[in-house]
Amino acid sequence: MADTSYREITANGLWKNNAALVQLLGLCPLLAVTGSVVNALGLGLATMLVLVGSNIAVSLIRKQVSEAVKIPAFVMIIATFTTCTELLMQAFTYELYLILGIFIPLIVTNCTILGRAEAFASKNNVVASALDGFMMGAGFGLVLLVIGTIREILGSGTLFANMHLLFGPIAENWTLNLFGEGYGFLVAILPPGAFLIAGMLIALKNIIDDKIEHRNAARRAPVVKGAKRVRTTGTVS
Amino acid sequence: MALLKLTSPHAHTTQDTGNVMQLVLLATTPGLLALTIFFGWGTLINICIASIVALGCEAGIMHLRKRPVMFYLRDYSALVTAVLLGLALPPLAPWWIAVVGTAFAIIIAKQLYGGLGYNPFNPAMIGYVVLLISFPVQMTAWPAPAPLYEAGTAVPGLWQSLQIVLPFLSPEAVTGTIDAFTAATPLDTVKHSTGLLMEQLYQKDPLFSQGNWAGLGWEWVNLGFLAGGCFLLYRKIFTWHAPVAMLVALTLCSALFYDGGSSTSHGSPLLHLLSGATMLGAFFIVTDPVTSATSNRGRLIYGALIGVLIFIIRSWGNYPDSVAFAVLLMNFAAPLIDNYTLPRTYGHQKSRRATEKKD
Repeated sequence: MADTSYREITANGLWKNNAALVQLLGLCPLLAVTGSVVNALGLGLATMLVLVGSNIAVSLIRKQVSEAVKIPAFVMIIATFTTCTELLMQAFTYELYLILGIFIPLIVTNCTILGRAEAFASKNNVVASALDGFMMGAGFGLVLLVIGTIREILGSGTLFANMHLLFGPIAENWTLNLFGEGYGFLVAILPPGAFLIAGMLIALKNIIDDKIEHRNAARRAPVVKGAKRVRTTGTVS
Repeated sequence: MALLKLTSPHAHTTQDTGNVMQLVLLATTPGLLALTIFFGWGTLINICIASIVALGCEAGIMHLRKRPVMFYLRDYSALVTAVLLGLALPPLAPWWIAVVGTAFAIIIAKQLYGGLGYNPFNPAMIGYVVLLISFPVQMTAWPAPAPLYEAGTAVPGLWQSLQIVLPFLSPEAVTGTIDAFTAATPLDTVKHSTGLLMEQLYQKDPLFSQGNWAGLGWEWVNLGFLAGGCFLLYRKIFTWHAPVAMLVALTLCSALFYDGGSSTSHGSPLLHLLSGATMLGAFFIVTDPVTSATSNRGRLIYGALIGVLIFIIRSWGNYPDSVAFAVLLMNFAAPLIDNYTLPRTYGHQKSRRATEKKD
């Protein structure tokens, strides 16, 4: 595993093995807090922070921790980083911390993080693990951001509302009102909307993958007639 | 002697899907008529908008799915969804209500699941519920039945109704006009009346005092749908099991909890039977062959549980009417019911479960 190229790690984290769209991990925060861009971005960044930290720490101790106590040790590490993130958010983005509420401590139960610690960080060196944590976190965060954007536009007709919670006073008037006052399509804000949009995104990703697959297949050298002996049994490779 | 080489089936009926759906459309006429008489042109306008959107969406999706478009449009199933949704929507709701609801019903609730025959939930009811939880204000603004209009207020005619539904038709804004016509529905009135005995309420509220049994206008709408349902039953479009089970369960529940008309009463069985969407639900929604249970025994259970759920949600839930919620909840349960009510196969001693392992 150690020979995994950085390029591949990046591609895995962002697209091929995306935590939210392919592994379908961490769906609870994905569905619960993506009602607006600011919530989604806040939780995405927090998750990414924990993921990078825990991946580095797990990778550092991977040769000292025995198989038997591996999982408890990982959970302790993740819990520590989650607490750090929680305290950081309390210090710098207190209002956002209040809005996200229970979902910040719940990062500790996000399967993506334990999954990456177990599947990647415990088998790879520190640099690769840090990159994997960053890319997995980025992939997850991007999906959160896309869902948050769609839900905010559809549900409340705004974009970038309350961004000052995350970026300070500069972002005070970033709010875009797209459809005028009084617009609201509640179902997009409610949990069913999250499920629908997440499902659509997964479908969209599969369509894009299919298209790429088709194009690659078309690009491959056409089989020259007579170059291959015709087999009558088994599958032709 | 020349024998025709034909494989079975040898006997055909004239009923294909399109035929059945046309009969269903025909059977909605009495109810539609009552709705139009008592609540104005709104329902007809709703149905027109919904039908156009439904056919457009169906054709578009069929084109995307590379299926023969006309073949699927000719089975009338999209039209039935549109008409049922149009009947359920409040008359005089803004045009985009019907558009959003129908598009959601056809594209997401029906076609994304694989089209007619594959949808686990009733598309019309999905559309209705999405609208109800998304736009509660517009979806609860029912016009008062026509005879209750204050003196001097005329029932909105066709042109005026069109202007209310499609505000961009008229140069001067008519927004807010809808509020002049709205009133609480009978179920709403009973739900929110506190401190009045049922008898007092029936005397005091013109909605009940001018009606015969369960609220002016509504009783005739429900009787209309009942008549349409009986017609379908007579034409053997569906079996009696599900609707009768639903109505009996609803009657039993409401009779059981009817405390003789105290101020906290949930309403008499007659009110529950002839108000809200009871009859529309019983004969046009519950009988959907795709989303209901399959066997006769299964349909009895399915219908009865819908009846019980309707009463529970009407009495102790937040919404005054609940046919859509009850139907959707039982759509979830229909496959499970099917699993336990598999009919006995001819030649076998007893029936078995669909998922039962063979020895």
